[in-house]
Amino acid sequence: MTPLHSYLLLSAALFSIGLAGALTRRNAILVLIGIELMLNAANLNFIAFWRYSPNPEALHGVMFVIFSIAIAAAEAAVGLALIIAIYRHYKTTNLDQVDSMKG
Amino acid sequence: MNLPFAILAGLTAGSAIAAVSLRNLVHCALSLVVTFAGLAALFLQLNAEFVGFAQILVYVGAVAILIVFAILLTRGTESQPPPSIAAATPWAISIAVATFVMIAGAMLQTKAVPLASMTAVVEIAGQKMEVPIRPVTNPKPTVKSIGDKLMTDYVLPLEVVGLLLTAAMIGAVIIAMQERRPKSQ
Repeated sequence: MTPLHSYLLLSAALFSIGLAGALTRRNAILVLIGIELMLNAANLNFIAFWRYSPNPEALHGVMFVIFSIAIAAAEAAVGLALIIAIYRHYKTTNLDQVDSMKG
Repeated sequence: MNLPFAILAGLTAGSAIAAVSLRNLVHCALSLVVTFAGLAALFLQLNAEFVGFAQILVYVGAVAILIVFAILLTRGTESQPPPSIAAATPWAISIAVATFVMIAGAMLQTKAVPLASMTAVVEIAGQKMEVPIRPVTNPKPTVKSIGDKLMTDYVLPLEVVGLLLTAAMIGAVIIAMQERRPKSQ
């Protein structure tokens, strides 16, 4: 097993853990945590492929991850603002109880 | 697989499992910080220093704090935490395990081509030739080279990301702002 394989295995494990978290937990914040884990697993894949690529001087993987981190930060800010707005309205962050569009 | 990688991988995966499975939300957020820090260490191990430190600044510094704030702001009136495990849990876990098995299986069946045996087709004096490439085995990207790339090849995405971050910041403030209209109920 090459080093690249072990990094990719870890990344697949992180992605699956994030997916399981996003699917099983009913708290909106924990769903967001699961999504963040999946995003980070993708970033790890990019960096691992960049590191073991034939031409790492082109820096494509690093650039993609830098932009990905910026977009993930924006997503976390907007997502948490939405969760706070939902909490103010429904007095709960349990996604099963947030089930009406108007009210 | 060397020992530092094994330690970091175990720490990262273990704290990720803790982050999505613990009952107390604050414990979840703290486990998530450990996961992000482990990922940053893995980036450093992969010679991506700038990305590693950006990960620490953005995730450990900002996103984790935001999540802790959101947790503390949204648990005011709930007297007891509702059961946070849904009835569909076995299905969800089996979907996640199936995803992992699928990705890992596809990956382990793929044979890695040694970099030294790769060739590239180049055109020299009008005729195409296949030459072996000399891979860079230990890349050391400096912050200067990353900055050069950002200001030349990637300047348009950089501007777009700046616009996106501004829009996201204003949007987040407006969404989370207190509604001023009087309540009629």
